[in-house]
Amino acid sequence: MNGSSADSVLLRASGVTKRFPGVVANDNITLDVRRARVHCLLGENGAGKSTLADLFYGVHEPDEGVIELRGEPIHMVSPRDAIAAGIGMVRQHFELVTPMSVLENVVIGTRGEAKVDLRAARDRLRELCDLYGVEVDLDTPVGDLAVGQQQWVEILKALYLGCEVLILDEPTAVLTPEGIERLFATLRRMASEGLTIVLITHKLHEVMEISDDVTVLRRGRVVRTSLTSEVTMADLTRMMVGRDVDLAIDVAETPRGDLVLDVSGLDVATESGRGSLKQVSLRVHEREILGIAGVSGNGQDALFDVLVGMRSADSGRIVVDARDVAELSPAGRLDIGIASVPADRIHQGLMMDFRISENLILGRQRSERFGRRGWLNQKGIGEFADDSFAAFEIAAPSPAHVTRVLSGGNLQKIVMARELAGQPRLLVVHQPTRGLDIGATEYVRRRLVEERDRGAAILLISEDLDELLNLSSRIAVMFDGRIVGEVDRRDATIDRIGLWMAGVSDTPGEALA
Amino acid sequence: MSDVLEALINVGVLASAIRIATPLLLAALGEMVTERAGILNLGLEGTITVSAFGSFVVADKADSLWLGVLSGVGAGILLSLLMAVLVSSIKVEQVVAGLALNLFGIGMAFYLFRAVYPQTGGEMPRSDTFDFAEIPLLSDIPGVGEVVFSQHWLTYAAILACPALWYGLNRTQFGLELRSVGNNPAACDMRGINVTGMQYLALVFGGLMAGLAGAFLSVFLSGLFFVDVAAGRGWIALAIVIFGNWRIGRILAGSLFFGYLDAYQLSLQARGVDVPHQLLLALPFALTIAALVVNRRRSHEPLHLGVPYFRGER
Repeated sequence: MNGSSADSVLLRASGVTKRFPGVVANDNITLDVRRARVHCLLGENGAGKSTLADLFYGVHEPDEGVIELRGEPIHMVSPRDAIAAGIGMVRQHFELVTPMSVLENVVIGTRGEAKVDLRAARDRLRELCDLYGVEVDLDTPVGDLAVGQQQWVEILKALYLGCEVLILDEPTAVLTPEGIERLFATLRRMASEGLTIVLITHKLHEVMEISDDVTVLRRGRVVRTSLTSEVTMADLTRMMVGRDVDLAIDVAETPRGDLVLDVSGLDVATESGRGSLKQVSLRVHEREILGIAGVSGNGQDALFDVLVGMRSADSGRIVVDARDVAELSPAGRLDIGIASVPADRIHQGLMMDFRISENLILGRQRSERFGRRGWLNQKGIGEFADDSFAAFEIAAPSPAHVTRVLSGGNLQKIVMARELAGQPRLLVVHQPTRGLDIGATEYVRRRLVEERDRGAAILLISEDLDELLNLSSRIAVMFDGRIVGEVDRRDATIDRIGLWMAGVSDTPGEALA
Repeated sequence: MSDVLEALINVGVLASAIRIATPLLLAALGEMVTERAGILNLGLEGTITVSAFGSFVVADKADSLWLGVLSGVGAGILLSLLMAVLVSSIKVEQVVAGLALNLFGIGMAFYLFRAVYPQTGGEMPRSDTFDFAEIPLLSDIPGVGEVVFSQHWLTYAAILACPALWYGLNRTQFGLELRSVGNNPAACDMRGINVTGMQYLALVFGGLMAGLAGAFLSVFLSGLFFVDVAAGRGWIALAIVIFGNWRIGRILAGSLFFGYLDAYQLSLQARGVDVPHQLLLALPFALTIAALVVNRRRSHEPLHLGVPYFRGER
């Protein structure tokens, strides 16, 4: 592979294949993870990274091939076996008991003695924290911690159980730029102390920054395993997508038009108090994309909901085309040309058991085109569906097909086809490319720019800084429910926005406009 | 032994199977519509009981069978409106509300019954019943005429309701909206469909159908009211919806089959055959569990069934 000594191999997958109904998630995968190194698994969504991690952690068993640990084949039927063998994993979705303290959460997984010796556990945990420089209060209920902190609890759990290999599945998704830096520093320290780290990611710059080795996966197969020092980002991209893709699409500046959305002094209190909005003011014009940056949980959900009418504001004004829409229902807002693409397309946007065509007309089933006097016009619906399939390049057998079987990219295309069909005046978009592969991401972004050029005002809420820097005319940053800074794209830098995202507010003239 | 076999295809047994299936089919169709909108109404048994009483008392006191049917339907709708307020507006746990509705309905019906007909120890009060509506010519066909075309008008109506409902659910704007609400209320809400309104309408329709089922039991079948008049039919109707995998054709088939099982065991009892009829009575539930297992992969259960919808909740 790369000529290093074979005896340093700690974990190995050898000819591993895993099939799920209709897909080969892992296809004859062979790769070596060497001791005390940081090894990245890089690939697009659906490349098979998480499946491979699940095989390493005993969540699934391979259909073919073997997993070897320290040169011996190991047979795992559950994570319990993996833990016993010294493999730990932090999954994307945390498995924490939120009302219980950090200490209690860490102790949960331990077995053996009937009585839990909390004092000894606390001492050991302190040691671990000191050893790796982890800062977390052991007595705080986990539910009170920020998401980034909760991830540390998951890491501590794995360490406490005595893992030799730590697998992290997309750990940076929930972190601020500073949080990522801290995580990476800690991972480096762990590796230097002898721990082996397997890091799953689809972000190239993370691979370049942290890893010693990198394995690129594509469509369930290993493309290549390399020393990170011997590859460039361009090499990795080519391996990931099988073609050269410049994700940054060409966005020409356009002069903005009239003011469309004018939000001022918006307060929204959520039930839990987390993610509330505090005195939010923003403006979006015709032919303009206003990007909203921020780490998740800083009020983006409430902002989206209050703009589309799923939540009412406690105070403040939402004006669209000089009309106060704060009291309008979602239906009323639809009528005046406010369309939306929700972050959670499956739970907020689509009826997964329904036909694609039914999803395409949801909300307009009473329009003249799709029905008369209560009856649905099958022909009109069919024609519209065919048009949408063509216009949005939806890859599905037919509009009569059940929506559930489609990939994330195609699901998003259905939502976009539906929402854009009415040529909206204002488009509120939340995380439009989350979970999409590169091809679909590029398509969705291009489409947003086309809508902008058509004349729509677009509010783009995203956690992907590259996306915001690429598409937005201006970028506003949310932290703790407030807009803490706003900057023109020309003056925006990752560093500056990153500081705002972390809650460090500066005192520039243009901020808080 | 020959009795056991003969009863299987006896014309009288087959005719009574369809008769017995009628209230099951009515209630199950109504419940199917309710569930397609995402509401699980476990209060069917109570609704049927109240409606049976409503039909009976009006038919008896006002001396009009048609008014009786009407008041049975009215009672069913009232009870389902109560359910709607509880689960759709106040958003009480649907299972709890449904069970409460059963206790309330059965208790209420019996209380009112005793209030109107004080216990005398004499004969049970009796109302008139509808005559069979024999269809001219068709009812003269040997066998088939007696089994299929000599039934009550409500039986014909229940069977004709099947294709009508299919069209209503699948080919109308209203039907699409109703089904959508049961699949993803959040998406519907965002796209301007009135989730609560749809759920009210779906429950009212379910109440109407359960009301007809109750009316069938009192003023078509027996002319009697007693506290156990529903005799578990509400629960069987719920089972039929699951057994039928929320599909109209299979619900029709399930109703007829369960009606047939009941008619068969009744005829065995009447003939004094020594077969444990309790086993046949329990069969619908056993089959429903089997159907659940078989349908597990291809279930058409509405995705959002039984879950209260709160706007803005993730």
